Amino acid sequence: MIWNTDYETLPRDELRALQGQRLGSLVDALYRRVPFYRAKMDAMGVKPHDIQGIGDLEKLPLTTKDEMRDVYPYGLLAVDLKEIVEIHTSSGTTGKPVVDAYTAGDIEVWSEVMARTLATGGTGRHDIVQNAFGYGLFTGGLGVHYGARKIGATVIPISGGNTKRQLAILQDFKSTVLTCTPSYSLYLAEAAREEGLDMRSLGVKAGFFGAEPWSETMRKEIEEKLHLLAIDIYGLTEIIGPGVASECEHQNGLHIFEDHFYPEVIDTKTGKVLPDGEKGELVITTLTKEGSPLLRYRTRDITYLDRSPCPCGRTSVRMHRVLGRTDDMLIIRGVNVFPSQIEEVILKVEGVEPHYQLVVERRDNLDELEVQVEMNEKLFSDEIKILERTEKAIEAELYATLNIHTRVKLVEPKAIARSEGKAKRVIDKRTL
Amino acid sequence: MSVKQISVFLENKKGRLADVTRILSKEAVNIRALSLADTADFGVLRIIVNEPDRCLAVLKKNSFVAQVTEVVAIEVEDKPGGLSRILELLDGAGVNVEYMYAYVEKSKDNAIVICRIDERERAIEVLGKAGIATLSAEALKAL
Repeated sequence: MIWNTDYETLPRDELRALQGQRLGSLVDALYRRVPFYRAKMDAMGVKPHDIQGIGDLEKLPLTTKDEMRDVYPYGLLAVDLKEIVEIHTSSGTTGKPVVDAYTAGDIEVWSEVMARTLATGGTGRHDIVQNAFGYGLFTGGLGVHYGARKIGATVIPISGGNTKRQLAILQDFKSTVLTCTPSYSLYLAEAAREEGLDMRSLGVKAGFFGAEPWSETMRKEIEEKLHLLAIDIYGLTEIIGPGVASECEHQNGLHIFEDHFYPEVIDTKTGKVLPDGEKGELVITTLTKEGSPLLRYRTRDITYLDRSPCPCGRTSVRMHRVLGRTDDMLIIRGVNVFPSQIEEVILKVEGVEPHYQLVVERRDNLDELEVQVEMNEKLFSDEIKILERTEKAIEAELYATLNIHTRVKLVEPKAIARSEGKAKRVIDKRTL
Repeated sequence: MSVKQISVFLENKKGRLADVTRILSKEAVNIRALSLADTADFGVLRIIVNEPDRCLAVLKKNSFVAQVTEVVAIEVEDKPGGLSRILELLDGAGVNVEYMYAYVEKSKDNAIVICRIDERERAIEVLGKAGIATLSAEALKAL
C-alpha cells in the first residue's frame, strides 16, 4: 500500500527538480545560520549560488560522525533553540553521542515518512501495532509511534524487552503488526516456543525490523517462525531515526524517501561518488530538515543503489539491504569480511541459528577469527565427535564461501549478549 | 531394557559444572552416576538421575541445552575380567560402544556400567543370551 501517492510515485524528472529546489533552500539556510557549514563551504570555495540543482551536490562538503561529535551538543542547530520541540541522541557506545534536534515541522516529516514505511507492509487504521522498539532517546520507539499515529492505527507502546509481557500482549490485544529489531523477533519466537505458544497461530501479519544488520536467510527464518511478512526498514539517528528507507511488499531493496533524504554512494577511501550498482558508503543529505540538517552525511553503512523500476509503482531509488558497516568491516589477513556475510554462511549449516559472535585476535602477527555459535537443541548431541564435526562443518563452509580460515567454537545458549536492543556481533581484540 | 540419561552441553569454563549440581541440588534431583567428556572448548555432561524428566525440565528452565539419551545399564561381575567379557561379547556381535562409565551403586554383588550403544536392542539380546542382565529404570531406582 502506498501512503503518499503524490510524492512516492512522482515522475523522476519532477522529483529531481524538487530535490534541486529543496537543496538550494537548505544550502542557503546552512550557510547563513550554521557556522560549522559556512566554514566548511568557505574552505572549499563554494557559495550557495553555486548550487543550482541536485547535480551540484558533489561540490558540497561531506559530513562525518566525528565532526558531529566535535560540535556536540548544539553546534549543528540551524534554528533557534526555542523552535526545537524534541531531541534524540545516539547511544554513544562508541564515543560522544550524536544529536538530532527536531522542529515541529521535522516531527511532521518524521511522522510522514514513518507512515509511508508502515504502509509498505499494509498497515492501516484497523491495525494494532505492537511497538517493541525502545522508547526514549533511541529513535526507534517514537519514530514508529508517530508513523502509526499518523496512519490512525492503534499503537501499543510496550517498548523493548519484557518478553513475557510482549507475549501476553500479543495474545490479549491480538496485535497485527510487530516492530522491533530482527534479532529480538527471533528471541520472542524462541520464548513463545518455550511457553508452548505457537507464534504462527497469532494474527500478526507484518513485522518491521531494523536498527541492526540482518540477512536474507534470517528473514526467511523470521517469516517462517513468526508467520508474517518481514519488512526491512532503515534509518539512523543523525538523519531522522527510522523512516529514511523501507522495503515494499516486493522485498527487493529499500525505497529511499528521497524527496526528503537524498542518497549518494561514495568510495570510502577517495570520497568520490560511485555509479549505481557499485558498493560503497551511503551518504545522505537531509533535504527538508529544519532543526539539525546535514549535508552529505557519511552513514558508514555499505550498500548500493538501484534505480530500476519497482513493480510497486514507487519511483524512488532503492538501496540494497545494508551489507555491513565501514567500521564493522573486518579485514582478516587482508580479506574484507562483513559479519552479514558470515551470518549468511553459517545459517546454511543445518540447525544453526542466527546467534553468533565474531572475535578477532592477532597471534604471532596473524589475524585469527573465532566464530562463536550458540548451541541449541537441534545442534546438540551427547557425542563429542558429532559436536566437533559440526564445528568442522561450519569452518569448512566458511572457507568454501569466503575463503577465510576461522575457528568455530560452540558456546552455551544466551552466552552471546543479546538482543532486546542491538546484538553485538564483533569483538575486535587486535591492538595494532 | 534401556535407561534415560540426561546429556548437558557445558562450556569449558570455570564453575559451569558447579552451576548444574547447584541447580539440581536445589530441586532435590539426585545424581546417581556421572561422566564428563570434554574438549578444549566445551564438554558434555552425562548423568543418570532419580527423576530424568524433571531434571531435563529444570535444566532447560535454566537455559541449558540438554536432552534425553537412551543408554543401557549392564550388570558386570565385580571381579577381574568381568567387563572384558561383556565387551568381547558385544564386539563379537559387531555392536559398537560409543562410551561407557560406571554406576555408583551395586546390584547384589555386581557392579553396573552405563553404556551408550546405537544398537541397543541387539546388545541387550546378545548379553541376555549370555546370562548378563540389563537393568530397567525401576530396577536402578530401587537400588
